[in-house]
Order: sequence, then C-alpha cells, then structure tokens
Amino acid sequence: MNAKPVPTSPALPAGRLEEQFADKAPLYTSSEALAEASRCLYCFDAPCMRACPTHIDVATFIRKIGSGNVKGSARTILDANLLGASCSRACPVEVLCEGACVYTGWGRKPIAIGRLQRFAMARGASPELLPRAPRTGKSVGLVGAGPASLACAAKLVLFGHDAVVYEKGTLPGGLDVSGIAPYKLDAESALDEVRFLLALGVELRTRVEIGKDVQPAELLAKHDALFLGPGLGADSRLPIPGADGAGVFGAVEWIARMKLDPQLSIAGVTHAAVLGGGNTALDVVREFAQLGVPNVRLVYRRGESELPAYAHEWSAAKKEGVQLVPNAVATEIVLEQGRAKALKLARAHDGKPTAEALPALDADLVVFAIGQARLAEFAARFPDVRTTKEGRIETDASGRTANARIWAGGDARNGGMEVVNAVAEGQDAARAIDAELRAGGVTRGS
Amino acid sequence: MPDLSTNLAGIQSPNPFWLASAPPTNSGEQVQRAFDAGWGGAVWKTLGNPIVNVSSRLGSVDYGDRRMIGLNNIELITDRPLDVNLREIAEVKKRYPKHAVVVSLMFDTRDEWREAIRRSEDTGCDGLELNFGCPHGMCERGMGSAVGQEPKVLEELVRWVMDVANVPVIAKLTPNVSHIEDPALAAVRGGASALSLINTVQSVMGVDLDRLVPLPRVGNLSTHGGLCGPAVKPIALRMVGVLARDPRVTVPISGIGGISTWRDAAEFLALGATNVQVCTAVMHHGYRIVEDLIDGLDAYLASKEMKSVSELVGRATPAFVEWGELDLNHHVVAKIDAATCIGCQLCHVACHDGAHQCIHLPGTPAHAGHVAPMAKFAAERARAANPASPYRVPWVDETECVGCNLCALVCPVEGCITMVEQRRASAKDTWHDRMATGRDHVPGGLKDLR
Ligand SMILES: Cc1cc2nc3c(=O)[nH]c(=O)nc-3n(C[C@H](O)[C@H](O)[C@H](O)COP(=O)(O)OP(=O)(O)OC[C@H]3O[C@@H](n4cnc5c(N)ncnc54)[C@H](O)[C@@H]3O)c2cc1C
Ligand SMILES: Cc1cc2nc3c(=O)[nH]c(=O)nc-3n(C[C@H](O)[C@H](O)[C@H](O)COP(=O)(O)O)c2cc1C
Ligand code: SF4
Ligand code: SF4
Ligand code: SF4
Repeated sequence: MNAKPVPTSPALPAGRLEEQFADKAPLYTSSEALAEASRCLYCFDAPCMRACPTHIDVATFIRKIGSGNVKGSARTILDANLLGASCSRACPVEVLCEGACVYTGWGRKPIAIGRLQRFAMARGASPELLPRAPRTGKSVGLVGAGPASLACAAKLVLFGHDAVVYEKGTLPGGLDVSGIAPYKLDAESALDEVRFLLALGVELRTRVEIGKDVQPAELLAKHDALFLGPGLGADSRLPIPGADGAGVFGAVEWIARMKLDPQLSIAGVTHAAVLGGGNTALDVVREFAQLGVPNVRLVYRRGESELPAYAHEWSAAKKEGVQLVPNAVATEIVLEQGRAKALKLARAHDGKPTAEALPALDADLVVFAIGQARLAEFAARFPDVRTTKEGRIETDASGRTANARIWAGGDARNGGMEVVNAVAEGQDAARAIDAELRAGGVTRGS
Repeated sequence: MPDLSTNLAGIQSPNPFWLASAPPTNSGEQVQRAFDAGWGGAVWKTLGNPIVNVSSRLGSVDYGDRRMIGLNNIELITDRPLDVNLREIAEVKKRYPKHAVVVSLMFDTRDEWREAIRRSEDTGCDGLELNFGCPHGMCERGMGSAVGQEPKVLEELVRWVMDVANVPVIAKLTPNVSHIEDPALAAVRGGASALSLINTVQSVMGVDLDRLVPLPRVGNLSTHGGLCGPAVKPIALRMVGVLARDPRVTVPISGIGGISTWRDAAEFLALGATNVQVCTAVMHHGYRIVEDLIDGLDAYLASKEMKSVSELVGRATPAFVEWGELDLNHHVVAKIDAATCIGCQLCHVACHDGAHQCIHLPGTPAHAGHVAPMAKFAAERARAANPASPYRVPWVDETECVGCNLCALVCPVEGCITMVEQRRASAKDTWHDRMATGRDHVPGGLKDLR
C-alpha cells in the first residue's frame, strides 16, 4: 500500500476538454450575494431546509450572509454537510431546495440557494470552523474515495476516530471529481474540496483496490469498523455489433476522460449519438453541444414525455440544439476501419424493439448512457454483507449491513442518486459508527 | 473564544443579549424557550395593575419588499394576573440560575410600588426595570412616559423605589423628550443602578385611505402608538451615545431600539451600551435569531482580537463629539471606478438635482461652478478629469465636489464610488478653534450686505 500525498492545486494537466466549458452560475460578488440574500424571507421551519437531503439550515446560512457573518454562514452549512461546496454546484437544486422555496410556489423566482451556498463556502469555509472531539484511538476503514466515504471519513475524524480511505483509482473524489458536468463543477474545484477534507486528518491510500490488492479480511482485522462506498460499477453496453469499436464509449468513462485526460480529443467529430434518456445521457449530450459538435442526437427507446431525466435538463438541452430520436433502439454500430461511422436503429414500441428498421444515423462518436453495473460481486466478498435483487447493498436506516461492523452508503446503497444523498448517507453512517464505537459495541477482530 | 458574559450594574448574564420587556417575554413558557435558544437575559413584560388591551394593536412600515422595517403598537402592559406572572418568574429563575431575569414594573402610588417590589424580589429575580417609557395609553393614566417626561416626578419615583429595593434597578427611558439628558440625570440623582433606552417613539403608522381612519384601526378609530424596529435604531444610537459620553451619567446603559443583527448590537456596545435588549426582531423572526447574534459578535470580537465584550463597550464613544469639534480641513472628493461602473447614472442625477452639480455625463463639460468661481475654465477641467471617458461612465469635477457622500450612497455597485481624502490644509481647524481665535466670521452673511 502506498500512502500517496495529495498534490496541491492545480494538480490536473492542462489541455483537457473540460477547460473549454463556461461556469453556468459563476461565484457571486459580495454585493450580488447580499442582494440575493436580502430577498430570502428567513422562513420558519423552512421548506428549503426540509428538501435538502442533508437538511442544511438554509434560512440561517442565508441570513448570516445578509448580516455579513460569512464565516458563520459557512459553519452552518458545514455543520450539516461537509461537502457543501461541491453540493452547492452539483445539486439539482431545481428539484431540491430551490424547488421547495416558497417563492417557487408563489410563482416567483426562487432564492438562488445553490449560488449563495457556493458564495458562503468559497468566502467563509475554513477547517477551524469545525469542532473536534478528542482522539479515541478507534479506527475505521473506508472503501472508495467518493463523496459517501469522504463525508463519512471526515465526520469520523471530527468525532475523534482515525479514518483510512482506500481508493482503487489515482485520484480521490469519485464521480464528484470525474463525473459532474463541467459547466456545473470542474474537477479542480472538486479536488480542492477533497484537499479540505483530507486536511482535517482523513488518511488516503490511492491505487489500492479492495478485493484485489487488499482483501476484506485484512481490513476487518485492521479496523474497528468498515464503511463501503464503492459507488456503482462500469458502464453497461448493449451487446450489439460494433459496440467495441473505436469512437464508442461508456458515458461515465467518456465524461471522466473529458474532464481529466488531456489526450482525449473530439477534433473532427461532426455527428454524436448518445443512447439513453436519463440524467447521465442528458449530461453527455449537453456536453457535446457545448463543445460545439454540430449534430448531437439523443436516441431514446420511448417518447419525449417519458424521458426519465429532469425536465429542466431536457429543456436546456433542447435550447442547446440537441435533437431527440424517440422510440428508437440501436441494433448495430457500423464501423469503418474499426471506427464508428453510423448507427443502425429499430423502431421501438413501448420501449421494446420491433422488427421495423428506422433510417440509420451518421455517427462518428457513440456513447452508451444506459446505466452502470451494480457491485453485488464486490459486496459478496464481505462476510454477511448482502445485496438486494437490484444489486444495492442491503442496510438498516443507519446504513448498517447485516455484518455489525460494516456500514455502507452512497450509490452502492441507494442504487445511484446524487452527490448530496451520498453525503447524507455517509454522515448518517458516521454518526451510527461513532455511537457504536463509543458504546464499545464493535472492535477490531471481533 | 471571546468571553461574551456581561455584568450590568451587578446583574450577570452569559451574553449581552436580553429580550426587552414586550410580548416575547409575556410568559414563563416563552422565556424558557428563549433561554434554551441562547438568550442571556429577559426583562419580563411590564407588570402592573390589570389592564384591558384593544384589538388590533400593531401596525408596520414596509419598505419595498422588506416587511416591518418599523413596528408600531398600542398595547399596554401585561394583561395576565400578577400572581401568575410572579409564580412563573420564580420558576424560570429557579430553572435558569445563570440567566438574567429582570422584572419590569409600572405602578401608581408609593404603596403599590413598595408592595410590587417586595413581591418581585420574592421571586429571586436579578433586577428591576422601571417602565417610564410607554408612550400610549398608560401615560394618559399618569404613568409610563408621563413620568419619563417629567424629570422631577421621575427622580422622586426612583427614590421611592431605591428606598426599598435590594436588587439592582434599571430606569427605562422614553425617547419622547427634547433632551434625553434631563430624565437620565434625574434617574441617576434618584439613585438608579442603570439606565435602559429607548422605549418606543410616538407615531401614527399611516392612514387607511378608503376608510379615512389612521392605522392601526380599532373599529373606525385609531390612536397614536409607539414605533420600534430597524427604523428607530439611529434615534436610539444617538441617545445611547449622548448619555455614554456624558461624564455626569455614572451608571451603565442597556441599549435598546431596532437591534436585529450582531452588527446592530456591536454598534450599540461600541457607542457605550453595556448590553442590549431586543424586541421587534424577535417578534418578526423568533428567538432563533440569537444564534447569529452570538456567532456574529463572537467572530467580530475575535477578528479584532478582543478577548471580551467589555473590551468593545464604549470604544467608539470618544469619537462621538459635537459638530464644533470636527476638522473643517478634512476634505474628501468622489472618485468613480470606470471599470466597475454599470452606467446607471444615478450618481449624476442625485448630484445634479440633490447636491452640488459636479458629476457630469460623459462628453458634457463642467458648469461654471459655484465653489471655484471661474478659477479654472470648465472645459479645461472636463478634459483633465476624464479624457477618455468610457460608455455612460459619468465624471466628477473634483474642484466642485464638496464631499457630501450622496453619489456613493446612491451608487448600486459596491466600491464603485469611493470618497478620497484631499485635505484642504494639513493642520486641524475646528469651529470651536475658530470661535476661540475670532475667526468665526464667514463672508456672505447679512453683515456683508449692509
Ligand atoms: C455522469 C454522471 C453525472 C452525475 N452528475 C451529478 C450531478 O450533476 N449532481 C449530483 O449531485 N450527482 C451527480 N451524479 C451522481 C453522483 O456523482 C453520485 O451519486 C455520487 O458521486 C455517489 O458517491 P459515492 O461516494 O457513492 O460513489 P462514487 O462517487 O462513485 O465513488 C466511489 C469510489 O469508490 C472507488 N472504488 C470502487 N470500488 C473500489 C474498490 N473495490 N476498492 C477501492 N476503491 C473502489 C471508485 O474508484 C470511486 O472513486 C452523477 C453521476 C454520473 C454517473
Ligand atoms: C407590542 C409591544 C409591547 C411592548 N410592551 C412593553 C412593555 O410592556 N414594557 C416596556 O418597557 N416596553 C415595552 N415595549 C417596548 C420594547 O421593550 C422596546 O423598548 C422597544 O420595542 C424598542 O426595541 P426594538 O426596536 O428592539 O423593538 C413594547 C414594544 C412592543 C412592540
Ligand atoms: S424557502 Fe426560500 S425564502 Fe424561505 S427560507 Fe428558504 S430560501 Fe429563503
Ligand atoms: S400573529 Fe398570532 S395573535 Fe397575532 S393576529 Fe396573527 S394569529 Fe393572531
Ligand atoms: S451610480 Fe455608480 S454605477 Fe451608476 S453611473 Fe454612477 S458611478 Fe456608475
């Protein structure tokens, strides 16, 4: 195992496609923040707070921006959500806090809660805002360095325990670093937040894959309790001819390379086709459109009104010029010298393919956005850890699995939600683990 | 962490934030919730002989989208039986020994005062506050501000109280007087342990233009009430400052009036208040605001490296002087930052119509001028001021600018207009200096017409 120090900003090489994106909601200036904060009604038992999965006391942090107490504002946010900075940019606020804001129901523009939260975190957050309990000498091992594990680990460190995070990749942050659309959150900013959390005392070991480099039994012997936050598995692909050609990607893989890999280029790409209709598919088509690909098509097996993605994302994609190819299923990716050239389609009825062929589409870039594999196999390596039939790790409300020393949270537990849900689950688990460790309920080797 | 605890004339509290005597301190259940939320003390809703209240009672001034920047009430003192209040006060004090519990009183005869004080002290309360402030209803019965406006009566009444009281006594003053020093000094002479101010300012909230009845309306009639909330803060700050700097006022001051945020509170403390009391902000938003009051004050003190609240108390008082002490050679002029200007030209219209005609639109020359009569040619000044004026950015004729601040106050862009110091002369020169040295004649008056 190599404990790799986290490089300081900027760590990522230049020349990545991500750098071409504009920030869709830039950091407020002080006077913009003050003006927006002063619109907030400081609702009692505010619906925005209830709608936030981590229950940030939105009304209070906004009032503190208004009173000029920006540090206190950041403290209010951090008390409820240690990843308040990336959540402020990654969260689908339209369906969370801002969707619940009383102004929305009133037919007026809701308070820009996400942007105010970003402002408070950027201007006010610092490690000394977080109170720490004395060291306990207890140790927790966490699998995966995504938002779920990082939130859990940081909270545990604040509770006085040691927390060691094992990450199979080279960079920490999980999909928060490698998956969020760049016009919302860029990888460098997400890494800044990871650095903030590590600076609290979380220990990170990268390039360590649990189940391969280190076995579960070893972890159970080394730590008093474990937290599993491995996220979801690799992108799924349709088993059709041409699916392994050059210019064919899984969505998560493509996004990660677009954000992190300076070698990836889309020079010469004129026709992109994305298969799917969920939020990941929408992110990819919007990314292509914003990168200037002339023809961007979303191939979906049902009709427009049935798109599972957020309505606000689809209406933005349409404005950006994305075309929908509805009721269609890909049957073959036509390759020319091993490279994607066109996409053959069949008409779909009620989401299922029929024998009727549709006209083929030009496609020099094809992306599968039809979901990620579940980690049932991974979970099964831990004694007594079970998965549901949908492949989610099974736990009680606190995130505890049937193995009393193992908790789980994030996409692996909820089947794939948002960063903020992963944070909420990681923190909840940390509270439960802390209670158990203090009660002496679980210890190493037991 | 700075020490927030305070001591007002012997009354200790964990922080300087008290609830003022008003609806938020009506009952024991409320005061306990307030203490749980973090308030350091509470002055109970004024006790007296039973009264009957009217309905409705409150009115407010709104400003744009902001509700209740001023609140007005025609409520009287407590409408709950005395024995219930006293029992609850005793219970709260027992449960919260470290918090300040102060009983506010308003009675008529000497015997009533004596009896009320004895019964109040039996509750174990930490102090008494004498309500000489209520400016409506009670004053018609010879109490409240009727006492507060008559220094002799006030002094006599304080003496009655001090004869029998064993706990510290705070005299709460009305702002509805022409010289706040008069009732304040009367209270000090009478022996009061501390002063608190302000109570509410006499006011009429508005007129219902359909019914043609003033507001708030009780049936088809109305009466004047008392104004409080953010709108009265500047009035209260002045009164607190005037008493804090007066060497004859030898007792501490509890500052009240329009305090909503930790900044407001810090300002009262800096101008000489030992602690503060809050009413309207809690009536608007609830006890929960105390979290930011404490958190914000704490962070402010730490940022100024002050170890306790007492280090802040009175720090701005020496800088609060009479007009005649101000330096007439201190001079500032407005500077517009073209890079951040949004071109709204509000500064231009404000200066042109409401000040001294020295902010001009780009491409327009300066006026002949009043301040520097033809000393420099207008066109030449225009060129010198801003040769390559960008789109819609106005320019300031510095020769004419009197440094009034108006443009900087109306400019919607933070930091766009700054007032830059350009002294008239290096030496300090005040009006008092001029009077003392016979230089107090300013040409252009009646004398010069003769
Ligand atoms: C394309 C895409 C866009 C998204 N956009 C948004 C968005 O805009 N807003 C939003 O809120 N959410 C978004 N999400 C969802 C969000 O990213 C996830 O819900 C969140 O990151 C889940 O966090 P996690 O910690 O559970 O898992 P992950 O973020 O997936 O992190 C898991 C980590 O565990 C590591 N790991 C896995 N197995 C092992 C092992 N055996 N040993 C060691 N390490 C291992 C992985 O390498 C990874 O770093 C998006 C998701 C995708 C796929
Ligand atoms: C509805 C209402 C009732 C009040 N009743 C009393 C009272 O009984 N005794 C008293 O001393 N002051 C009373 N006050 C005045 C407040 O204690 C306080 O002095 C005043 O409101 C100014 O502070 P603020 O601006 O924080 O509200 C009352 C104020 C209001 C709004
Ligand atoms: S619901 Fe909207 S207005 Fe109310 S507190 Fe939340 S952000 Fe402010
Ligand atoms: S605030 Fe409460 S007491 Fe006052 S009018 Fe409304 S409901 Fe009645
Ligand atoms: S008010 Fe400010 S922003 Fe507007 S024109 Fe004047 S200087 Fe420019």
